[in-house]
Amino acid sequence: MSFLTRRGATRTVAQGLLGPVMGGLFLGGLALVPLTAQAERIFVSNEKDNTVSVIDGASLEVIETIRVGRRPRAMAFSSDGSELFVAVGDDESIDMIDLETLKVVRSQSSGEDPEVIRVDPNRPYVYVSNEDDNIVSVLDYERRSLVTEIPVGVEPEGLGISPDGRWLISTTETSNMAHIIDLEAMEAVHHRLVGARPRHVEFTHDGREAWVSAEIAGTVSVLDMQETFDIKHTIRFDVPGVPRETVQAVGVELTSDGRYAFVALGPSNRVAVIDQQSYEVLDYILVGQRVWHLALNADESRLYTTNGVSGDVTMIEIDGLRAVRSIPVGRFPWGVIVEP
Amino acid sequence: MRPMPWLHCLRGVVGRELLRFLHQRSRFLAALVRPLVWLFVFATGFRMALGVAMTEPYQTYILYEVYIVPGLVGMIQLFNGMQSSLSMVYDREMGSMRVLLVSPFPRWYLLVCKLLASTLVSVVQVYVFLAIAWVYGIQAPALGYFYLLPALLVTGFMVGALGLLLSSLIRQLENFAGVMNFVIFPMFFLSSALYPLWRIREGSYLVYQIAALNPFTHAVEMIRFALYERFNAEAVTISVTVAAVLLALAILGYNPSRGMMARKGG
Repeated sequence: MSFLTRRGATRTVAQGLLGPVMGGLFLGGLALVPLTAQAERIFVSNEKDNTVSVIDGASLEVIETIRVGRRPRAMAFSSDGSELFVAVGDDESIDMIDLETLKVVRSQSSGEDPEVIRVDPNRPYVYVSNEDDNIVSVLDYERRSLVTEIPVGVEPEGLGISPDGRWLISTTETSNMAHIIDLEAMEAVHHRLVGARPRHVEFTHDGREAWVSAEIAGTVSVLDMQETFDIKHTIRFDVPGVPRETVQAVGVELTSDGRYAFVALGPSNRVAVIDQQSYEVLDYILVGQRVWHLALNADESRLYTTNGVSGDVTMIEIDGLRAVRSIPVGRFPWGVIVEP
Repeated sequence: MRPMPWLHCLRGVVGRELLRFLHQRSRFLAALVRPLVWLFVFATGFRMALGVAMTEPYQTYILYEVYIVPGLVGMIQLFNGMQSSLSMVYDREMGSMRVLLVSPFPRWYLLVCKLLASTLVSVVQVYVFLAIAWVYGIQAPALGYFYLLPALLVTGFMVGALGLLLSSLIRQLENFAGVMNFVIFPMFFLSSALYPLWRIREGSYLVYQIAALNPFTHAVEMIRFALYERFNAEAVTISVTVAAVLLALAILGYNPSRGMMARKGG
């Protein structure tokens, strides 16, 4: 029996294969390639642990855990970037963390059950949705005083503020409405029905639109903020293979270049990627269990998600739109914010 | 003996195996279709749309079809190893094995050449499969495809040596069906190829223990870690050790004075 039927061809094939074999063995000994370093800190409120986890953007590891009041949820930075405000619902206050020492340095009473907070870009005001009182409280965090209370619908939840500080939108989860508040007059001037149980509001960076997510409806309503204040488009989601009832729209983030919008879809464990201009859903990215809120970093190269049930934060690379790493934090992570 | 004839022998055995593979288009297609059916049909049916919980070496949540790919790579190599053993039984039945065994080279060297040839054939199959999976959207880190190569060589030697050992025990081609039932299927299904070990443990502790002891589980994990740029020392150690032991047994099995060949008249 001859093992070598076509000598020349055999040599070529064998040599062609032995080369990569040796190359692979050599490469097998190389060190791993690290992620691109990011000098940023990511803050995550852990609702059940009464803590805020601090993640280092370069190593993607938790470097500090800050003890705060009971049931921390929404967070916002002060206008000068020196403090982090944390709404601690069961203590009915806003804890203020010094970003140098990472300690709670003061606390301000906020009214009943504060859930979502937003900071005014022009004035030292923080807006608080008080779920049980059906009002939005306006606090002056420099004078540590209550400025006013704005009545809205039943169970206010989401808050969104326009980039110029002119408009504040409060969503009420029982009324299923978006209440558009004129911040000059400090009163709600327009009211629009949106999807069932509206959760979150985010303005586009040019201030022309406000995106309102609805948890039970599983939709995002895009409001025109230029003229009519009406819904100009409704975005729906259909995650292949996932039961419809698990698709619950919650957190929304919009890139400043007007390219992408990201929507956290709750127990479907997906983040939807949407074209901001055409409103077309481009992709669904798998993340941890019950994804709730989202935050883009300063250069918008990364998106961080809080995954409430799996107790972790997933980092998504915007370039390539892929989930890269999930980082365990505390129990029931709720809000996430990246240091500017 | 000078090194050139040894290399000549290696080229001869490897070249014959590669040519045989390339000329058998149906074998090539069958080797590809099997894992692709698993990927496109089975994995779609069991896609676990809400994701597979985070498990090493993955750094975030993955879909089931992503999880299953390293197991299917192992499957390709397992079937190829058995196919190779089948060809050894065929060679013995046809009498062509005598030509190989009367070669002036030591028998262990001929068997190692045969193993290397069979492993390289499986490596070609694996990379074609991974290219199709890549187009389908299952993409590992670029360097992972290079790190994978040593893992494929170890796994190829391990399952190939098992095939050689079996071929030294099997007298007739017809008995190969028994190999399928008693070797390939249990090795594949009682491993982490289709489900993570923690998931198997939830279903049955006994099956979990068997799967944890199964060398094929460690080979699959070695492949999985390598593909995602990680080194799993435990899996590599176990796979290399098992490959060495099986190779030694296969060499012993083909020794006419001491092995099974003497008793079976091969």
